[in-house]
Amino acid sequence: MAKLINTHGEVANTPLTQVTFEQWQASPNGNSLELFLSSDQTADLIGDQCKSFARICIDFPKFSDGRGYSAARLLRERYGFNGELRAVGDVLIDQLFFMKRCGFDTFALRDDQVLEDALAAFSTFSVSYQNDVLDQKPLFRRRMN
Amino acid sequence: MYVYDQYDQQLLNERVTQFKGQMARYLEGKIAEDEFLPLRLQNGIYVQRYAPMLRVAIPYGQLNSDQMRALAKVARDYDKGYAHFSTRQNVQFNWPALEQCPDILADLAEVQMHAVQTSGNCIRNTTTDEYAGVIAEEVVDPRPYCEIIRQWSTFHPEFAFLPRKFKIAVNAVPGEDRAAIAMHDIGLNIIKNDAGEVGYRVLVGGGLGRTPILGTEICDFLPEQHLLTYLDAIIRVYNQFGRRDNKYKARIKILVKALGIERMRELVEEEWNRIKDGEGQLTQAELARVKQHFVDPSYEDLTDEPETLISAKAENKGFARWLSRNVRAHKKPGYAVVTLTLKQIGTPPGDVTAEQMDQIAELSDEFSFGELRSTHQQNLVLPDVEQRELFNVWQKAKVLGLATPTLGLLTNMICCPGGDFCALANAKSIPVAEAIQARFDNLDYLYDLGELDLNISGCMNACGHHHIGHIGVLGVDKKGEEFYQVSLGGNSGGNAGDTSASVGKILGPSFARDKMPDVVATILDFYVANRHEGETFLEAYRRIGHDSYKGAVYGKAD
Ligand code: SF4
Repeated sequence: MAKLINTHGEVANTPLTQVTFEQWQASPNGNSLELFLSSDQTADLIGDQCKSFARICIDFPKFSDGRGYSAARLLRERYGFNGELRAVGDVLIDQLFFMKRCGFDTFALRDDQVLEDALAAFSTFSVSYQNDVLDQKPLFRRRMN
Repeated sequence: MYVYDQYDQQLLNERVTQFKGQMARYLEGKIAEDEFLPLRLQNGIYVQRYAPMLRVAIPYGQLNSDQMRALAKVARDYDKGYAHFSTRQNVQFNWPALEQCPDILADLAEVQMHAVQTSGNCIRNTTTDEYAGVIAEEVVDPRPYCEIIRQWSTFHPEFAFLPRKFKIAVNAVPGEDRAAIAMHDIGLNIIKNDAGEVGYRVLVGGGLGRTPILGTEICDFLPEQHLLTYLDAIIRVYNQFGRRDNKYKARIKILVKALGIERMRELVEEEWNRIKDGEGQLTQAELARVKQHFVDPSYEDLTDEPETLISAKAENKGFARWLSRNVRAHKKPGYAVVTLTLKQIGTPPGDVTAEQMDQIAELSDEFSFGELRSTHQQNLVLPDVEQRELFNVWQKAKVLGLATPTLGLLTNMICCPGGDFCALANAKSIPVAEAIQARFDNLDYLYDLGELDLNISGCMNACGHHHIGHIGVLGVDKKGEEFYQVSLGGNSGGNAGDTSASVGKILGPSFARDKMPDVVATILDFYVANRHEGETFLEAYRRIGHDSYKGAVYGKAD
């Protein structure tokens, strides 16, 4: 079983009814749903409808498949998704920092990953060059020299 | 050159700490081999034929004498006393121990160097003209733009796991392109529009490798401030839609080809329109901040062609030769740009010893404000040498074996490490280079042949840029034996007055290694016999045609 964490520690999962995008399109109703987005589905596919979900799980079928980073960022930055954004699948320690910057707030850490190492990874860097979901301003708009 | 402030340094220091931790976890068995792979690659470490290889970034080919000394120290302390300059302006160490790589990176961080994203499926080191900033022909100095791209691409949160590697090159010289931007995933040509505003002509989808393709124009004029958002948009489209099922079809060139440039442009513009006016837009303040790192050094007021130079030239043929090939005009009167060639016979192209590196650092301190450049032709450059010191520099460089007066000529070959080092190689490349250098060692003959690029790669990955050599040599595997395929007519677009980049065409069946000097000789003889007065190898080839060369080499035209 994957360990569910946020940037502070282990958290309990609130079970929600999970739907795929296809299922939801077939019957677009229900409250507090959790959308499962596979890595070949883009944020633009769902668009503004993202707000219908309490949680969106973005799948990383393999840690080296980086599509989920774009999906997460677009859901947050373009479509204003405010619900819970969860990374699921092959979620490893050394990708957590990037995931956090792209707007994920919970992480279904693969079960063999060491919890303390994972939590430490969230503070790998104290400064970033680019704008991201956590900070709309890139470093060049923040530098104080 | 760019000097780190506290933010840049902190970020790099944290990177060193991060990788130390990752290496420790790997060595404790907490990270599986395949999961460690991208982590080490993004820190420049390949596992090669005999040992790991560490590739250190030289951002857009710019380094200073202290950094050169630090590299020499790495070569001495952690390697076998030498280093290899690559065709992507980076430097490689062939023999470090895997466990020591974090220490090497810690040492390098002290001189603001690193191996960040020099490998892996991420945005790689941005490359540019090795003469950037010191030649009169450029529209603007491209280095500040490269530095801005470097910062934007460093640990980009969204683009660390792209379908494949991603290379960006920048050129700012009209009518000439030493950065070979058409051969990159994104090529940026810095231009000015009719109103005199700076912007970029953007090419996308170029690349060498298995499927060599020239980049296609996606935007004819992108205003200066939109640089980063436009790059974000292109790579975001690629990250979402580039193929991930087949690594040979995963580069952006395949996506561009599949979608067509029109559709690609539509997708990119749609993406870009949503972010272009946001906080990611470049500010004039940032441009000014970065540009101030690239102001001219304190040049003296000098005049061109001083007496001492003229007389030394008249008295010494060797010096005159070196001047004519390895020294080029500088934007400032009385100064010159000097290329130190790493093409000594008997040494693999691009290789330098730690001692040479220390001496090069000395030369740079004494004669060139402590600055250096690395070039895609695997040479080094002293960018700011006073003309009255050229004779002096030549004598010193000659003693060091760095003054082979053959820049731009046949024996200034580009050659990848090949089968002697590289685990991916089909064939060795260095012995081919050496055999050709040994065969064609007559300077009069080389000068008579004129401008000629001969590039050698040990496999399809094309690190030796064989596709864009006027003569290209590719190592192939024929039933377990090493053979070499020859192509003709490639061009990087880096030659004055000839920016028509092109991909070479394969001549025919491949040859055994010991035949290669003869094959090259046949091609050259044919050129010499058929050229018109003043016609370069490439011009003659383009006029006479591929089939005639084919006939000359294989004995029949078909
Ligand atoms: S071209 Fe092939 S053999 Fe040569 S360095 Fe690149 S991968 Fe290795």
